[in-house]
Amino acid sequence: MASPMRIRAAAKEGVTEVRVLMSHVMETGQRKDSSGALIPAHFITELTAKHNDKVVLSAEFGPSVSTNPYLAFKFNGGAKGDKVAVTWVDNKGETRTDEVQVS
Amino acid sequence: MNNQRRDTLKAGGSLGMLGLLAAVGLIKPEMAQAAWNKDAFDAKDMDAALAAVGAGKPAESAEISITAPDIAENGAVVPVGVVSKLPKTEYIAIMIEKNPAMLAASFTLPEGTAADVQTRVKMGQTSNVFAVVKADGKFYMTKKEVKVTLGGCGG
Amino acid sequence: MRKQLIAAAIGAGVALASPAVFAQQDLNFDEYRAMLEDGNPAELYEMEGEELWKTARGPKNATLEQCDLGLGPGVVQGAAAQLPRYFADADKVQDLETRLMYCMEKQQGIDPAEIVNGKFLQGERRQMAALVAYVVGQSKGEKIAVDLSHPKMKEMYALGEQAFYYRTGAMDFACSSCHSQDGKRIRATQLPNITKPEGAAAGWGSWPAYRVSNSQFWTMQHRLWDCFRQQRTAEPIFASDVTIALSVFMAGKGNGAEAQWPGVKR
Repeated sequence: MASPMRIRAAAKEGVTEVRVLMSHVMETGQRKDSSGALIPAHFITELTAKHNDKVVLSAEFGPSVSTNPYLAFKFNGGAKGDKVAVTWVDNKGETRTDEVQVS
Repeated sequence: MNNQRRDTLKAGGSLGMLGLLAAVGLIKPEMAQAAWNKDAFDAKDMDAALAAVGAGKPAESAEISITAPDIAENGAVVPVGVVSKLPKTEYIAIMIEKNPAMLAASFTLPEGTAADVQTRVKMGQTSNVFAVVKADGKFYMTKKEVKVTLGGCGG
Repeated sequence: MRKQLIAAAIGAGVALASPAVFAQQDLNFDEYRAMLEDGNPAELYEMEGEELWKTARGPKNATLEQCDLGLGPGVVQGAAAQLPRYFADADKVQDLETRLMYCMEKQQGIDPAEIVNGKFLQGERRQMAALVAYVVGQSKGEKIAVDLSHPKMKEMYALGEQAFYYRTGAMDFACSSCHSQDGKRIRATQLPNITKPEGAAAGWGSWPAYRVSNSQFWTMQHRLWDCFRQQRTAEPIFASDVTIALSVFMAGKGNGAEAQWPGVKR
């Protein structure tokens, strides 16, 4: 099962800054294991961030995004206590959603 | 409001649902990936990658800036930030010229989201990093060289 | 004439020194490292460790919330900055891992042998690494303050110093072979001079750390184990006296400096 993300969302002067750390191997499909066999690609392909119910960011990732991906972005508005939710889906169909309150 | 952006937004919104359906086994994972721009992520040269994201030959713009270190200690994790001051910036893509596949990540920014994103990418070797931006329907770009002392794609 | 010679010598000195200076600048990773600090993936382990701390586990189905890391039962904030320390209940000097192992045994009934004989990044040692991330994260920015006054701490410090300079293994290396001069590096990696307080603080205060090269979180026990491996000598037993002694030596020398836990490394 996918591990939780670490999401921080802080509102300041009308702008909410969101920082996300995802727990994911982001395997490129080009590396070999110790026996010489290719390790199959396994990486996050899509990510959606929502402020309450409004989409504030959608992203597509390829395998060259680093392991345990980091993402930071900002959107206008957002107040203490609002919800910010991030969902990712990977190429194996695994998905994970985590939610935090804006601080 | 331009139509293309509305379509992208719609696609973005439905992804969560598709992902959910895939997770509970109702549809195959590949179907959840329908919107993922496979052609762009598979592109093996800059022209093909730019074409696949619809950018063609973007004009260089000084209104876009890339925040990345001049030299990275390890190519496995290279911080890259892109800021665009172009009005109506709706899309940002990060491409690494000398990676086996150029496109690393792309971001669709609905109205109200700042044209200011940061992530981290793998770099196999010293290369130009490109930021490709779509603003008010047109594509622009800028680049910055990042030196890599230890490649980040090996195993 | 004499003056001219001196001038020439100085000139030559500058000329000789400048390429080296340029190379140093060329390999300046400060900007890169600063950019990685915000959003250090070690935070994922901190989060996991905090959860684990509060989770009832082991044969006794208990949490670690009553674990005394030296500042009283359940106090995590600032505890790592004062470790290793002498614990009267165990009548031993313990580092963070040893103390966690002690708590896991006493509170949760988890057999220490599982950890001592285990492998890094696996099983209970992996769980412990997450706990370590959580505990050191609660001392981020605290000053290293290891109390060396207890006779057993003095003993450990002396043993650590001895171990630091002790040449062994196929290459006849000691820790000091790589860590007792300024400006040494292996490839592009700078090696701290641990014989000086600032070097000791740089080493002690930046591990445990997340390593971007392999996406792993390494505790200090893991770091030291790997130093022994690189030294081409026998692997130290997990939580054995020599590992704790080396930690006491480094932490003691680094006393007073700010800890940057958990670190992020290439």
